[in-house]
Amino acid sequence: MAQLSYREAVAYGIAQEMRRDPKLVMLGEDIAAAGGVFKTTVGLLDEFGPDRIKDTPISEQAIVGAAMGAAMTGIPVIAELMFSDFVAVTWDMIANEIAKTRYMTDGQVALPLVIRTANGGGVRFGAQHSQSVENWCMMIPGLKVVAPSTPTDVIGLMAASVRDPDPVVFFEHKALMAMSEEIPDGEIVDELGKAKILREGTDVTIAALAAMVPKALEAAERLAADGISAEVIDVRSLMPLDTRTILGSVSKTGRFYTVEENPRVLGWGAEVVSIVTDEAFWDLDGPCIRITTPHIPLPAAASLEDMAIPSVDRIYETVRRTAGGSA
Amino acid sequence: MTSRKAGLGRGLEALIPIHGETTSSRPPGQTSANGSSMFRLINPDGTVRDRLPVTLEEMKSLYADMVEARVYDDKSMAMQRQGRLATYAPFRGQEAAQIGAAAALRPGDWVSGTYRDAALNWKAGYPWKLLILGRTGDERGGQVPEGVNVMPPSITVGGHMIHAVGLAWAERLKGTDRIALTSFGDGATSEGDFHEAMNFAAVYETPTVFLCQNNGWAISYPVEEQTRSETIADKALAYGMPGVRVDGNDVIAVLVAVREAAERAREGEGPSLVEAVTYRLGPHTTADDPGRYRKDDEVAAWEELDPLVRVRRLLERSGAWTESWQQSLETEASNRIEEAVAWAESVPEPEPDDMFKRMFAEPTPNLVEQEREATGRG
Repeated sequence: MAQLSYREAVAYGIAQEMRRDPKLVMLGEDIAAAGGVFKTTVGLLDEFGPDRIKDTPISEQAIVGAAMGAAMTGIPVIAELMFSDFVAVTWDMIANEIAKTRYMTDGQVALPLVIRTANGGGVRFGAQHSQSVENWCMMIPGLKVVAPSTPTDVIGLMAASVRDPDPVVFFEHKALMAMSEEIPDGEIVDELGKAKILREGTDVTIAALAAMVPKALEAAERLAADGISAEVIDVRSLMPLDTRTILGSVSKTGRFYTVEENPRVLGWGAEVVSIVTDEAFWDLDGPCIRITTPHIPLPAAASLEDMAIPSVDRIYETVRRTAGGSA
Repeated sequence: MTSRKAGLGRGLEALIPIHGETTSSRPPGQTSANGSSMFRLINPDGTVRDRLPVTLEEMKSLYADMVEARVYDDKSMAMQRQGRLATYAPFRGQEAAQIGAAAALRPGDWVSGTYRDAALNWKAGYPWKLLILGRTGDERGGQVPEGVNVMPPSITVGGHMIHAVGLAWAERLKGTDRIALTSFGDGATSEGDFHEAMNFAAVYETPTVFLCQNNGWAISYPVEEQTRSETIADKALAYGMPGVRVDGNDVIAVLVAVREAAERAREGEGPSLVEAVTYRLGPHTTADDPGRYRKDDEVAAWEELDPLVRVRRLLERSGAWTESWQQSLETEASNRIEEAVAWAESVPEPEPDDMFKRMFAEPTPNLVEQEREATGRG
């Protein structure tokens, strides 16, 4: 057992896969000597050398596009985009090329490719360096999308993403970097498309992702003191989406909430809620409720940013106010 | 410039003088104010400017390839008009640039080209029948035979230049001596991807050959408006790689320039840019009417510079071209193309399952449900 922070877990997870597969390479801006701007790649250059840990010019389209070219030859590649906001800079490559290559070659060309990127707000980086854009990627057919909330999940889902024969966008959350926990010994390998029930409950289901997960857990703790038993699901993987776990929980509790950091319109919860109302309508005791960031860019001011992103208070108050007679 | 970076130009100069091209001999629509030089070995009248680095048999074979490519191009245009193909982008006039470039490559080298590069792709190993199948609107045309390292035609403009950087980088990582050639048009050089690809390739010293088929027009936008650079080749200077401008309607000039760039890449000397100056004799695509934006006399002047005619004249001068040989070339090419068309048109319609099963290595549970819903099965 070792105590690892979320940021250390990123490097740990990459190192685990690089030791396993000597072909695996990574490229990105400031990932080598600098160890990444979020210090998520510290130590990798020393262990794996400059041929496998490649610094690049400031060229997001080329980082992701060259990674795709290399992956087409069968070389597995991890490409880092420093901030997830920059997927917009390389959107042609991600949405038009990478997502569609297997399809347009009738399944022939696989892209063993992981695009890692620092996502989300809460760290005062302002409107252009704080966005949660996992929903952008979720809506493009052909991409897999994961967003771990704990150090252990970072390692396990990194392994699953690297070993997956299809392109995966891997969202690391900036606000979770310092979070730390004991991780198990030995190789850690998880599975894409599996949500996790982190807290069992009987009255309401709260589905959350990444930095919203610890907030949902804290809110559940407070709800318990009020006699509301909340089940908390860490969605972890948006594509594939583990609808079975979510629907199973809703059929038990009858009340469904999502906690989303992405701006309200077409956030990932909109899709999940639509599935829940399609598939579990007769199990519901009330409307599904989405707790989201309003449809605004994230403010730079600390007080406003804290107000915009769903807080423990907001989750707690919303559920307490709406959970109705089931409590 | 270091001597290494000047290598490409020096090699060409050793073969033939490339400077001193006069304005009057430059093809119309491709003039440049300061009389930039252009490498050429075969003149439009079929005379040669130096000893050619190919045998007569090789010359005849390249000519036969260009004839076959034109038969394919004509056939595709006709089929599109008959409603048998989706939109088609003809390459008429650019046969020399494409056949010459592909002839410079070795088996296993990567090719990453555009929707207008059917001749390049075919010469590099992509079968006609799959190119046709793709144009009928069937993704199975995007499947390349094992061992053929040619990417399916890029439909978007620009991104595929970067893929060639990654392909070449990967081959270097693997320790092979394969290179990657990417072909693109003059219009694509205005995309940010061109800059990122050129810079990345130069910085990583990837074995990439950038082949710009400067055909004068990006749909309706002429190259003179596309850039204020004197030539496309000039742009290489800024990236620290050699750039050379060749007569793209001279199959041997293209072959020599691309081969030299390829060998330079193979030897670890990094990327190069070859600008092949040519002309799009046809419309941008079957959905385009070039009469709205360019003059007939410009097109007519370029018809005089037809890359096939030039080689035919050369072969005539050598006594190696006859009317009957031409006839047999066209007949044989036509038979092969007809066979490819017949095959492509005999492929059964794709199954509804196909669009779901080609999404991921294993279908996701979400997609399985959506397939059931869309197909009404189960």
